Amino acid sequence: MMSLQQKYPDEVAAILARYPADNKRSAVMPLLYLAQRAENYVPAAALDEVAALCEIAPTQVASIVGFYTLYYDKPGGRHRIQVCTDLPCALRGADDFAAKLCAHLGVEMGATTADGKVTVEAVMCLAACDRAPMFQVQNGAGLTFHENQTLESVKALVAKLQAE
Amino acid sequence: MTEHVVLRHRQPGLENINQLAAYQASGGFEAYRTVVTSMTPQAVIDLIKASGLRGRGGAGFPTGVKWSFLSNRFPRYVVANSDESEPGTFKDREIMERNPFQFLEGLMIASYAAQASTAYNYLRGEFWELAARLDAQIAELHAAGLLGKNVLGTQYSLAVHNHLGAGAYICGEESALLESIEGKLGQPRLKPPFPADRGLYGQPTVVNNTETLANIPPIVARGAEWYRTLGTESSPGTKVMCLSGHVANAGNYEVPFGITFRELIFGLAGGIRGGRTLKAILPSGASAPILAATDKVLDTRLTYEDVAALGSQLGSASIILMDETVDMSWVALKTTHFFKHESCGKCTPCREGTYWMTHILDRVQAGGVQATDLALLSDVTQQIGGKCLCPLGDFATSAVVSSLKLFPADYEQHLMGAAAVPAKPAARAKVAQPVS
Ligand SMILES: Cc1cc2nc3c(=O)[nH]c(=O)nc-3n(C[C@H](O)[C@H](O)[C@H](O)COP(=O)(O)O)c2cc1C
Ligand code: SF4
Ligand code: FES
Repeated sequence: MMSLQQKYPDEVAAILARYPADNKRSAVMPLLYLAQRAENYVPAAALDEVAALCEIAPTQVASIVGFYTLYYDKPGGRHRIQVCTDLPCALRGADDFAAKLCAHLGVEMGATTADGKVTVEAVMCLAACDRAPMFQVQNGAGLTFHENQTLESVKALVAKLQAE
Repeated sequence: MTEHVVLRHRQPGLENINQLAAYQASGGFEAYRTVVTSMTPQAVIDLIKASGLRGRGGAGFPTGVKWSFLSNRFPRYVVANSDESEPGTFKDREIMERNPFQFLEGLMIASYAAQASTAYNYLRGEFWELAARLDAQIAELHAAGLLGKNVLGTQYSLAVHNHLGAGAYICGEESALLESIEGKLGQPRLKPPFPADRGLYGQPTVVNNTETLANIPPIVARGAEWYRTLGTESSPGTKVMCLSGHVANAGNYEVPFGITFRELIFGLAGGIRGGRTLKAILPSGASAPILAATDKVLDTRLTYEDVAALGSQLGSASIILMDETVDMSWVALKTTHFFKHESCGKCTPCREGTYWMTHILDRVQAGGVQATDLALLSDVTQQIGGKCLCPLGDFATSAVVSSLKLFPADYEQHLMGAAAVPAKPAARAKVAQPVS
């Protein structure tokens, strides 16, 4: 497998340059986002390389992956649809929206569709409470917000993601 | 309505100030130029002190005073807190999306005042796209000579970097945030020492909220006197209030401190959706006690002091409104579930207590509880309150304690043997009115 430094040499260098030379450990979070880019989870092999770049132990990198919810140590669907069901969104119908989305996908909350394309998850406030129902779609390439959603709009998006 | 100080992009003609040229054409970076070329760091600190600016991240601490606490060691750091994860808060996002240069200019002025040559902007991980745009905007400032070595031909040099979190509410707490930038688990530090003495990498550090920083360029440009003409004596200026829940027009409202809940909700935001009755208000997201929507509460002025006098907090002004159909025991379950998820796990009372509260509140919703369970719930809140390392533990109990006190009937309807209730809170009939 190609290392991060082989795959993304400029980005690795730019990340390391943001922090003092004697505090390379600060680069662990941005490097983990790079490590997650290809597969939408952090493969075990990447832990060693990130650890070496940050001059810390691989177990310390693994504990960062475990602590922060946007890193994954196991593969999920190619896209994660993360519906906000926190209080302000729930007051504007988010629980109902999330349940209908699960029914449409034919999966339980937290599960992945049979084709491996979509995982649906319930998440905490995403700073978009005035535009509920809303969700974000996370994949290796990043995160995008989808606000003021309807069942129709999310169905159309799912169809698009599943056709990819 | 008064003018927008922070949400300036809402003013006619200023819609494009998220572009550098338009921002500069509207006077942008003149304050920074003045500061860097003609003021001492101490003079900037004195000016911010005189303005009475208070931190918008929740605690309302006077910003200039905080800056004056920096220990006399170098290097120093300035960190913008753009973690914005309190349920119901979405103001820092609007500022950074629509008026990013005013925020960056504030961060840069703060860095000059602190004599820091490196600043970090810590954004919650979900602000991924926003961070990418800010990266590009920071690069533009380098190209324009406003950042980098020898800013505007002076001795001063400054670099600004974005740092993305990865989904952890606790990283909004300033010491957990600093741990996170250092590449560690986001767990709060024991205080003191405070960041002004030992912050990032053990060095003197200023941490300020995004909105706090966005207030700084106008204060420098127009003076402390002008700033004090807005708001009240002890809470000067304007505040961006985030309105969510059952309000007719949810969104951000920038208003002078001191207008009342009633003026904001019914005068500016169109009142309650569907012509329903307002039952309760969470003025500071999930973190502060619930207020029953009495006339006394509605006529209270929105300032740090006045809301605290009601027994709650203004905090970051994430005002969540709930109409008569809402069951407050369900609200307590929602907030408790949030804090259980977000507890960093360092202290036992917070970690275990949020687990047990969620467990009991789940059973309340399922209808399988007895009066002794409610007493146990109350008991658990007392095991958490005041016994934790950081304020999250106390935050976790506030909606539970206040709902038990103000809306006991909302709990009692779920007691075993009580009349059956429909499953969905939204579909529920009217519940009892508040007792106070
Ligand atoms: C659990 C917890 C979460 C917090 N979250 C935030 C946040 O998301 N944004 C923020 O600016 N301050 C947050 N704070 C407050 C910060 O610790 C700190 O007081 C603030 O960033 C200081 O900036 P200010 O003086 O400009 O308000 C939080 C505090 C606690 C205890
Ligand atoms: S109170 Fe909770 S969040 Fe705060 S340090 Fe303790 S366990 Fe962590
Ligand atoms: S509660 Fe859903 S975005 Fe805030």
